[in-house]
Amino acid sequence: MAILTKEEAKKIIDKVLAFSKADEMSVSLTGSRTGNIRYARNSVSTSGESYDLALAVTAVFGKRSGTSTINEFDDKSLEKTVRRAEEIAKLAPENPEYMPMLGPQTYLESNTFAQSTANIDPDYRAKVAFDSIDPCKKKNLTAAGYLEDTTEFVAMGNSKGLFAYNKSTSVDFSVTVRSADGTGSGYVARDFNDSAKLNAKVSTEIAMQKAMASVSAKALEPGKYTVILEPTAALDLIQNMMRSIDARSADEGRSFMSKKGGGTRLGEKLLDERVNIYSDPTNPDAPNAGFSMDGRPQGKTTWIENGVFKNLAYTRYWAQKQGVKAVPPPGGFIMQGGRQSLEELIKSTEKGILVTRFWYIRAVDPQTLLYTGLTRDGTFYIENGKIKYPVKNFRFNESPVIMLNNLEAMGVPTRVRGNMIPPLKIRDFTFTSLSDAV
Amino acid sequence: MKRRDFMQLSGMGLGAMMLPNIPVMGHSVAPEALLDGGVDVAVKKRLADAALNAAKSKGATYTDVRIGRYLNQFVVTREDKVQNIVNTESYGVGVRVIANGCWGFAAIVDAKTEADTARAAEEAVAIAKANARLMKQPVQLAPQKGYGEVSWKAPIQRNAFEVPIQEKVDLLLGVNDAALKNGANYVNSVLFMVNEQKYFASTDGSYIDQDIHRIWPIFAVTTIDPKTGKFETRQALSAPVGMGYEYLQTNPKDKITGITTRYNKGYDMLEDVIAAAKQTKEKLAAKSVEAGKYDLILDPSHLWLTIHESVGHPLELDRVLGYEANFAGTSFATLDKWQSKNFNYGSKEVNLFADKTQVGSLGAVGWDDEGVQTKKWDLVKDGTLVNYQAIRDQVHIIGEKESQGCCYADSWGTVQFQRMANVSLAAGKTPLSVSEMIKDVKKGIYIIGDGSFSIDQQRYNFQFGGQLYYEIKDGQIAGMLKDVAYQSNTQEFWNSCVKVCDERDYRLGGSFFDGKGQPQQVSAVSHGSATARFNGVNVINTARKI
Repeated sequence: MAILTKEEAKKIIDKVLAFSKADEMSVSLTGSRTGNIRYARNSVSTSGESYDLALAVTAVFGKRSGTSTINEFDDKSLEKTVRRAEEIAKLAPENPEYMPMLGPQTYLESNTFAQSTANIDPDYRAKVAFDSIDPCKKKNLTAAGYLEDTTEFVAMGNSKGLFAYNKSTSVDFSVTVRSADGTGSGYVARDFNDSAKLNAKVSTEIAMQKAMASVSAKALEPGKYTVILEPTAALDLIQNMMRSIDARSADEGRSFMSKKGGGTRLGEKLLDERVNIYSDPTNPDAPNAGFSMDGRPQGKTTWIENGVFKNLAYTRYWAQKQGVKAVPPPGGFIMQGGRQSLEELIKSTEKGILVTRFWYIRAVDPQTLLYTGLTRDGTFYIENGKIKYPVKNFRFNESPVIMLNNLEAMGVPTRVRGNMIPPLKIRDFTFTSLSDAV
Repeated sequence: MKRRDFMQLSGMGLGAMMLPNIPVMGHSVAPEALLDGGVDVAVKKRLADAALNAAKSKGATYTDVRIGRYLNQFVVTREDKVQNIVNTESYGVGVRVIANGCWGFAAIVDAKTEADTARAAEEAVAIAKANARLMKQPVQLAPQKGYGEVSWKAPIQRNAFEVPIQEKVDLLLGVNDAALKNGANYVNSVLFMVNEQKYFASTDGSYIDQDIHRIWPIFAVTTIDPKTGKFETRQALSAPVGMGYEYLQTNPKDKITGITTRYNKGYDMLEDVIAAAKQTKEKLAAKSVEAGKYDLILDPSHLWLTIHESVGHPLELDRVLGYEANFAGTSFATLDKWQSKNFNYGSKEVNLFADKTQVGSLGAVGWDDEGVQTKKWDLVKDGTLVNYQAIRDQVHIIGEKESQGCCYADSWGTVQFQRMANVSLAAGKTPLSVSEMIKDVKKGIYIIGDGSFSIDQQRYNFQFGGQLYYEIKDGQIAGMLKDVAYQSNTQEFWNSCVKVCDERDYRLGGSFFDGKGQPQQVSAVSHGSATARFNGVNVINTARKI
């Protein structure tokens, strides 16, 4: 019941809209099944599965809007919810930034659903945990990991004729493997729409190898280093930049994209010319729904081309006020890379640091996009193209904008948390102190 | 807990406030629904008994039932506009059992009948039995006496949900107007209000009804220098508290005057925003800090977060044992350090304690989420590590006979686990005021308000920023600084603590949305301290050019 087909969802939405007495009405209907298994100290600690199906009705009178939700679907309950939303709307304060609802839209089709993920059952989850724990036990290592799988749909419709539907699945797996004495630690994370692509055993082996190789790390002086950021590490900083591309903040003068004296830095070359970032909901490796949560179509959008920012993300209100196209923020992004593998990037490095992942990243200065955080679960010193020894973790203070000006090379992009990102080789990356944490 | 139940506040116009994405569980309801009394306590007992009996008949050796109703109201504004008013309610039942020596948990939304709660109990037993096959050692649960039918109510004076929305909107729009009139370019302000109505029953013979209230008023003021294109922000010096709307009543005795006014049990939002607007201009003109070693004077509005990250988290026993290794991390404060009885967590001046009973704190409850009466205990005594925070299935590991009462779940639908108690730094025993403390400092920085924060996964290395930084030269405040952050190591930092002001300066700060676990759960926790001095801490300059 939780996962409705397009036709089933449309039937319910149309029924709700027929009850409307408001100026405008929109309905969103969502359903999901999500399951998880968590383990630590080589033993399962928690697991569970849950279902949900919920309908939200938004009624609008003039610039006043009200929302009411329900999870019962008989005619009487649906009509009651419509009336409730209308009552709340009439009592709400006017929203001067309210935008009239969109009419019918055309959306790109994307392949976000995989039956194999929808079929996941408790046995599958237990097997993932076993495949991850068992090899660790055999090597006297300790695994702590988490698997979460979700099958869900989202449908929306409104009184102006808009209708959107998307069904999707996802599986997220991560494991931290530690040596028995706690002096080595390794990590791996994988996410897919299709669980058939997940191999927990092979993935765990990477974390095991990093755990064993990171035992007895040496301390290096903090300072500026050439780094190779594995995709998991690179994503954290690039994603923070991509979440800061809101046009309104830029226009208002309180963003890294704001220009001194007013206006934005759109069209300026702010990054190395090899940096290209775009979004495309139909990308086969990291697909996303063809629409945003406010019903706007998600097309292929170029955000950064040859180091130049080409687009900022707009709310519909702000775009209208500025008289520009209302480009929605992306569901995920794709950073173009190079042809080299991670191994080849290491091989071409005279002296440098290989970073598996970052941790506890927080903004320090929104004006320069300066972030601080630490390396974690596998940090290694590279000399003459080879990993020489593990090093103690560093704290960094760095801005993705500065980092993408110090770009040396990029590898083949891989998927990280729904985005595509290459491993990055960066010179003069700023490490400001050492950490004893393993 | 499902993704769609979360309303991400980043989509509510809070982008400029540098807040993390805040999950809010529940369904939207009308404001007046927040005043309805919920399910009667006699009905809750019946529902709970049905679950207890069902679990027992299926073979559970221990069962607890939590019937929860969680209410939220958030009012979100910017400048002269109300951006959003969110009212949510979430009601359901969660049943946790031990069967075949293993934990099992199941929850049911909107459970209104005995059949519903019995079904949850049966599912929990089935899950426990299935997981028992993968278990290494059976659960060892510390004994707990039953309390019979008891209740606890947060001692609030004015229920925030009874205050008309218009009054809240008027307050925030008034605050925004004052910021703009005092020269700010932009201002966002928000009121968060939470009420947890939770009922707990267990096979130990407890039936506990509790009513918990929390409130958090915040703002962020931004001013731009048109000549340089630089902008500066100052956030509110309020604290999230376990109080009702009376927190927003101003009272001169709750004000701590000095270089800027800080607040104790009553917050003057209007006064603070006017100061903030002026201070953003001052920040724009402030001197950029010269990196180096400084003696730091840390106000409680700042120090609470350093305590939270460098003491509260590493002394959680589940982290020490490795249960959080894949997410929040482990801890440097390993069992051998505690067993040695001589691990110098800090200097002799440092006394840190956990306390789930502190009136007005976010963590205050009568009983925790596994029926343990709350208490106060020492973590670090005269600088030495003496204890951790642990719950019923962990305390045997540290040789305790009963749980410390710090088990919590953020919803009826999530499993309770060990969460941080209010962890605080005890005030100094010798009379000492802030001005007396500053008088002796030759080269220092006085930091007020919390800012950027980051700490490693074992809680050694950290970096903190603040809201206001004042340079201290030869015992005098010499002016405002900017681009300040300090980096240290937990043990080194607490050993550099040379003085703590006395009880008169003791205040609470806190976190409304502390995250832990997979799937992640939030919890609210307070941290008290008086102003404290730390010698020779490494300060970096965070200014960059892009």
